Amino acid sequence: MSDLVLEAISISKAFAGVKALRSVSFELRPGEVHALIGENGAGKSTLIKIITGAVKPDAGSISVRGEHVLQMDPRLSKALGIAAIYQQPSLFPDLTVAENIALALETGGAWRTLDWKARSRRASQLLERAGASGTSIGPERLVSTLSMPEQQLVEIAKAIGADARIVIMDEPTASLTEREVESLFQVIARLRSEGVGVIYISHRLEEIAAVADRVTVLRDGESIATKRMDEVDRSELIRMMVGRELGSIFPKREIAMGEIVLELRDVSSRAAGMHHVSLNVRKGEILGIAGLVGSGRTELAETIFGLTPADSGEILLRGERVAITSPTDAIRRGIGYVPEDRPRHGAVLEMSIAANTSLANLRRVARHGLIDRDMERRLADKFVEQLRIKTPSVDMEVGALSGGNQQKVALARWLAIDPTVLILDEPTQGVDVGSKSEIHSLMADLAEQGLAIVMISSELPELLGMSDRIAVMHAGGIRGTLDRKDATQQSILSLALGHAA
Amino acid sequence: MKRFRSELSVAFAIVALLIVLAFLAPGFFTRENLSDLVLANMPVLIVALGMTLVIVTGHIDISVGTTFAICSVAAGEFAKLGLPAVGAGMAACVIGAMLGAINGALVAYVRIPSIVVTLAAMVAFRDALRWITQGAWVQDLPANFQWLGTSQAASNGITFLVAAALVISIGWGLRNLPAGRSVYATGSNENAARLVGIDSALVTFSVFAITGALTGCAALLNSIRFNQIPSNAGIGMEMKVITAVVVGGTAITGGRGSIQGTLLGVILLGIISPALTYLGFSAYWERAIQGLIILCAVGFDAVRSRLERSAGDFAERTA
Repeated sequence: MSDLVLEAISISKAFAGVKALRSVSFELRPGEVHALIGENGAGKSTLIKIITGAVKPDAGSISVRGEHVLQMDPRLSKALGIAAIYQQPSLFPDLTVAENIALALETGGAWRTLDWKARSRRASQLLERAGASGTSIGPERLVSTLSMPEQQLVEIAKAIGADARIVIMDEPTASLTEREVESLFQVIARLRSEGVGVIYISHRLEEIAAVADRVTVLRDGESIATKRMDEVDRSELIRMMVGRELGSIFPKREIAMGEIVLELRDVSSRAAGMHHVSLNVRKGEILGIAGLVGSGRTELAETIFGLTPADSGEILLRGERVAITSPTDAIRRGIGYVPEDRPRHGAVLEMSIAANTSLANLRRVARHGLIDRDMERRLADKFVEQLRIKTPSVDMEVGALSGGNQQKVALARWLAIDPTVLILDEPTQGVDVGSKSEIHSLMADLAEQGLAIVMISSELPELLGMSDRIAVMHAGGIRGTLDRKDATQQSILSLALGHAA
Repeated sequence: MKRFRSELSVAFAIVALLIVLAFLAPGFFTRENLSDLVLANMPVLIVALGMTLVIVTGHIDISVGTTFAICSVAAGEFAKLGLPAVGAGMAACVIGAMLGAINGALVAYVRIPSIVVTLAAMVAFRDALRWITQGAWVQDLPANFQWLGTSQAASNGITFLVAAALVISIGWGLRNLPAGRSVYATGSNENAARLVGIDSALVTFSVFAITGALTGCAALLNSIRFNQIPSNAGIGMEMKVITAVVVGGTAITGGRGSIQGTLLGVILLGIISPALTYLGFSAYWERAIQGLIILCAVGFDAVRSRLERSAGDFAERTA
């Protein structure tokens, strides 16, 4: 008799001869949060796909609540009470919340009649159990009007409704703010108290430390270790994940700062919902911008970059007053902007690395108005080397690269304009630990070379680790600016929530 | 070489068809037949150049057949007013560009979906033309209009040269000019394009205007081959053009495509139906077989690119 809710024994899987998993074992107890970590490509997704029945293992066996499962498939896995919640919620945007929940839970043929009231009632109950009470998520809201975290709550409601005994969460916090992460953790605590086993996948080690009971580290398809969370510390986890020591987690360097490069004086933009923002960044400085989602961080970046031009106040570049009314203005004046949400705003996935790199500064690779492909390739080669972009050739389409490498290509595009100011919006969102630390050390290099960097981030450790100063935004304005030595998670959060410094 | 692979399957289909013809129907390769074939497909080719730009930008223009009819009639009427053929042709191009600009402005600046805008234009302008001409064809064209006032051979030569020049210059520009890059960037990721300072609305507007102008040019080169101009010209042309572009490997979702692919697509579609006639298939089968070949060319590509992508994803995961 086993008290495990899930047990996977010696799972192996190869794709086209390449071993994705080598004899990996994994177990989950009822009421346990078991974290699964590893760099991209370590085999986490493959293991999850095998547990949910999307992929068949080559060898190994799976038992659910002590019962050996011969052939796992998605339908059976659902029937056994396994539910997965992914980073990108998979809901139908044009249907209501209640309809989305009903589609997942109601059974019966296409011709049965529907009881709309019962459907709506049930949705409300499930949402409440998922921790959505006190939010504005009603059963009749269209999913397309919900924010990412709200959609995630709907996914959780679906899992609860399906009476899931095993809930898999794959990077559930990637697009959440600290506060939303808190409420997600409360939901996890509730699930756990009901005896549900949770498999929690995340790149954010501090979250894992906060939420998990045990952790299993995968590397190159092998299970490196399974430990109780109170037996390991952060640096040991990182060492197990990457198989080597990462110099320091945040490679912040002491850099002599130069003159003020970018200054905002009392800048407001009605279109961006941003008012009376004053800040400055010096040569060699990394200015962190903190704030909850919706506090105006991205809007601030878009105003500096000319997407939603300021309608009052002054923007000064190297002491000179400038008008920036379009991205073209900003680019010409040496401002680069790596936006968040890479697939939508950053890299052009259908284009090659070379074409992406030169896109913001075609003049640099053009002769007599014509694109010189050799020059373009050389430029891209330079950045592939400098940023350590993993690719066989600069002719590869960016869509075929990993998230971390796509982010580096997006960065290369702006470095190619030889910027004096670089704005990075969530530079390491959805990027694995190895690439993350590379991007951080790259930021330190760039600051050392005299770039003024504005870094927007939702991750407090990143802000605290990388910034010289941190400006905290709340409701479209800057609530306070903290020096590196004074900043703590508490001081940032209290400003972000609108309290005085 | 990856860039050319999607064109390769079309090229392969063309070669295969020609080989079959060489064995079974050598009569296909007479000078007369080939020259007729080239001339008959010239308008579709020239319009397809513009359509490639429109589709790469992520839009579609189904009003080209109507624009073609309006420009044909206009060219004829201007010729009858005494303009030399070249002047009449210019006028046709300007009118085509204006019609394209109307579509482009509605799509780029008013932000109405292109399929709606050009569907409306296709129907509305077609009926307006019918009302104005009362269905009458343009007849009694001046002598200096047909064959551009020169010999048939010289006129055909000029037509061929114009088309070749357009194919080469547009194909070259799309690959080598920053403007060409903006077309791909706009079609692939409009937000990213905006961030790098590309005026994607202007790009969208321009590709529609260019398509209109090219349609005007195609209308003139087609009209000079006959001694009267039908007011119902170009019906169904949009389907031929769009099919050729898509068969040539341009992604209907935008961001990907090439002029050399479009050229191959026009050639493949252009030879399929006469080839079937030469091979003795009943006319009833022609369109069915045509459809099948299109499905094979496009389907083969779709399947292959999906295989490649999943192989790429995997290499990526295990890198």
